Amino acid sequence: MGVNRRSFLKIAGLSTLFGLGGKAAMDIFVPGELEAKIKAVPLTEGKRWAMVVDMHKMDEKLMDACIEACHHEHNVPDLGNPKEEIKWIWKEDYHHSFPGQQHEYIGDEIKHKSFLLMCNHCSHPPCCRVCPTKATWQREDGVIMMDQHRCIGCRFCMAACPFGARSFNWGDPRRVTEVKELKALNPDFPKNTDYPTRSKGVVEKCTFCTERLAKGQVPACVEAANNVNKNALTFGDLADSDSDVRQILRKHYSIRRKPELGSEPNLFFIV
Amino acid sequence: MYDGGKIIVGLIICLTFFLTPVFFNLGKAAKEPDPKLTVKAKEAKECVRDKSYMTPSHFSLLDEWRHTVVRDGERYYKAENGKVYYKSLQVTCMDCHSNKSTFCDQCHDYMGVSPYCWECHVEPEEKK
Repeated sequence: MGVNRRSFLKIAGLSTLFGLGGKAAMDIFVPGELEAKIKAVPLTEGKRWAMVVDMHKMDEKLMDACIEACHHEHNVPDLGNPKEEIKWIWKEDYHHSFPGQQHEYIGDEIKHKSFLLMCNHCSHPPCCRVCPTKATWQREDGVIMMDQHRCIGCRFCMAACPFGARSFNWGDPRRVTEVKELKALNPDFPKNTDYPTRSKGVVEKCTFCTERLAKGQVPACVEAANNVNKNALTFGDLADSDSDVRQILRKHYSIRRKPELGSEPNLFFIV
Repeated sequence: MYDGGKIIVGLIICLTFFLTPVFFNLGKAAKEPDPKLTVKAKEAKECVRDKSYMTPSHFSLLDEWRHTVVRDGERYYKAENGKVYYKSLQVTCMDCHSNKSTFCDQCHDYMGVSPYCWECHVEPEEKK
């Protein structure tokens, strides 16, 4: 005879009591310890990252500096061919950045200006919904992250992204160190030996520099912009109503790319 | 036995064919792996975990690291002695073990495994 009904109920009752009381007791005696143990707290907990691009303070040179900083930081190769182009952050004209919002009477200043684009880190990301392996997903802090270990290169995410923010590696990016014509375009690739390159057959894109966020730094493009013009790019936490981005968004009128699609981009432009 | 000669000759040909790899490699035992530590690794004296764990199971640790770093955003590892390490193959491991060819490759080649870590993660340049 194993356990009779009486002792079974006793054990069940006691374990329920402990289950209910255990967490409360832990919270009283060692507050926060339990949560910390279950989840080694990432530095970005409770945040909702977003970026504001102030187009009044942006010019071609500054955009190039931002692009250079990003592509240097993440070992993004220049493949010299638009069909194979890998881009994390790039320039695009108004007409193509904001289709549906342009009209023929817009001033030349806006019409012929380049806009600095990157992944919008949407609140409702269509790319994450279609990924069959969860290689791309939305982190709790809103960053749309890529797990290159898990990407199978199906490119569903590229088809789903309405902003063209994703690039596919048609070949091994390290071929730029071997092919003669590409060598000249990519001197001393990979430039950042603290960051990996990618491999053939995976999709890549801007990750809001999660490796820098984890160290409490701002993304590389923001740092590059800050060195020249302090508020051209502002990165911050939307969840904090007093953060820089929230203050700027309160003060200025801003636009987003293709808002009608409902993906809720978190990249704002002040024009 | 009918056609005994043909069968025996056939058997000998088959056996020789199947045994060619044995004859081919006879007396050429693969060199036992001899992983070498760099000066820096020797001076550090300790790894993130002890050698008895790291030698047979470092890949389990690396797998756990890559999962927690990329997916959960937990980038720091607390060792048993309380020391905190930045979880990164490329930045932390390869900082001490900067001699991939005389450290990692030794056992990997011997065991016939080819982990694809270095397809993406940049290995430190080795002085020849």
